[in-house]
Amino acid sequence: MITYEWLYWLAGTFFAVWALLSLREGKWSNAAFWGLLAASFFAGSHLSDFANGVLVLALVAIAGTGRVTRSDPSTTTLAERQQLSDRLGNALFVPALIVPFTAVAGTLLYNYTALAETGLFEPRRETLILFGIGVLIALGAAMVWLKPPLIAPAQEGRRLIDSIGWAAILPQMLAALGAVFALAGVGEIIGDAAGEAIPDGSIFLTVVVFALGMALFTMIMGNAFAAFPVMAAAIGIPLLVETYGGNPAVIGAVGMLAGFCGTLLTPMAANFNIVPAALLELTDQNAVIRQQIGTALPLWLCNVVIIYVGAFLLWN
Amino acid sequence: MNYWPLLGIALVVIGFALRFNPLLVVVGAAVATGLLAGLDFAAVIEALGKAFNDNRYISVTWVILPVIGLLERYGLQQRARSLIESVRGATMGKLLVIYLGFRQITAALGMKDIGGHPQAVRPLVAPMAEAAAEKSHGALPKAEREQVLAMSAATDNVGLFFGEDIFFAIASILLIQGVFESYGYPLTPLELSVWAIPTAICAFIIHGWRIQALDRRLGRVKLKPVKEPAP
Repeated sequence: MITYEWLYWLAGTFFAVWALLSLREGKWSNAAFWGLLAASFFAGSHLSDFANGVLVLALVAIAGTGRVTRSDPSTTTLAERQQLSDRLGNALFVPALIVPFTAVAGTLLYNYTALAETGLFEPRRETLILFGIGVLIALGAAMVWLKPPLIAPAQEGRRLIDSIGWAAILPQMLAALGAVFALAGVGEIIGDAAGEAIPDGSIFLTVVVFALGMALFTMIMGNAFAAFPVMAAAIGIPLLVETYGGNPAVIGAVGMLAGFCGTLLTPMAANFNIVPAALLELTDQNAVIRQQIGTALPLWLCNVVIIYVGAFLLWN
Repeated sequence: MNYWPLLGIALVVIGFALRFNPLLVVVGAAVATGLLAGLDFAAVIEALGKAFNDNRYISVTWVILPVIGLLERYGLQQRARSLIESVRGATMGKLLVIYLGFRQITAALGMKDIGGHPQAVRPLVAPMAEAAAEKSHGALPKAEREQVLAMSAATDNVGLFFGEDIFFAIASILLIQGVFESYGYPLTPLELSVWAIPTAICAFIIHGWRIQALDRRLGRVKLKPVKEPAP
């Protein structure tokens, strides 16, 4: 059975190659950073929690002091790229589309045919595993078709990963912060405080506090999944559903979406908001959030109205 | 109740606001929160290490970079630009609104892995949006160029977030179902996912309008302040 462990070996190999290439160029900090990450992928499952924790501290010590810097491996010039693009035409899109196609079509094929019974993939892990397989197919196809120097994909990948730098592990680090928050009981504290902030007797204001709590707590945690169980337990179920008799399906579904509006507003949702700013090489790390504010705020209001109308006015 | 662990949240907010390195902020907040909740230092480090290790799958997606980098070496971004330049009447507004709808519909059908920042926005959507904007408004100053690129990324996010919940077999729907079930309210995924549709429509209208507004704003003639001639 193919498990996540296989993917960790694949990713570990890529990061190890990037570490070696950095080392060859004398970029010691980059080499140490990507090397440690490779070690985490290779050995993380066998290390103690404490050893993994020390590894995290080491990664942060290197990157947190700004030592992971951009690199400039030799590549084609802009003029050459324009020429190549004219010569190769739209076929250039094909390898890029192999990856999502493999992930999506593969997942559908696997889940809706007898293939699932073969147990080829670890249950519920098939999409990411197929994504990894798609990368290998796309890489193979591009190598055969374009015949670049063998080292080219590694160097081009290194250029991109170095331009992303520390942001590359921020999403994973924030997930770890969420776990520490959960351990420290931050969720219960917030739920408790939100429960006390409710004005008595007003359904509409209770809906507002519920939706506001979802958005704010999502902003703090970086994703709505951590916020939802807390706000549902503090306000959604005891007050909106039980006391005021609202429609549970609307309160649940649209409450989650009010949380998603918070995701658009927070640097804690690094995967969606900070990493793209790095990927697009924007000067302002919060540029993506800035473009999202004007959408998130009115949309949050829409969610309040949808809950109030759908769960109460139409339901009762 | 011990409210001290909330200080960790305050640290995160202050750290991000003062633009300290986010990794330092996050680890500092984690350690502070754990200690204030009465855990000892080693237990906090263990929790951090375990959670980091359990979430390695998040960082696996970077294996796509050699594919994207290799194709960029052969002119993928330039290709994306020429494709848009060859479409008559293509504007940034139309392009991103179409992408928004496409992303919402594919996500609603469960295909949320079509799109995404490393695989679609950087190599394809952002260069196309930039090319389309330049086609209508001429070369863009740096600040406006970055607005267009950031709007491309924002459009991918909005399309994904407010499309995916219409698909019933998605993690967030299953989470809602699980939470309500544990309190004695059995709901079916389909009951929940239909209620994602009104918000999806609002998201399309609001964000679509904002994309068009950005396109119009770029087109406005910028009047430079003219200095009064000295008398």
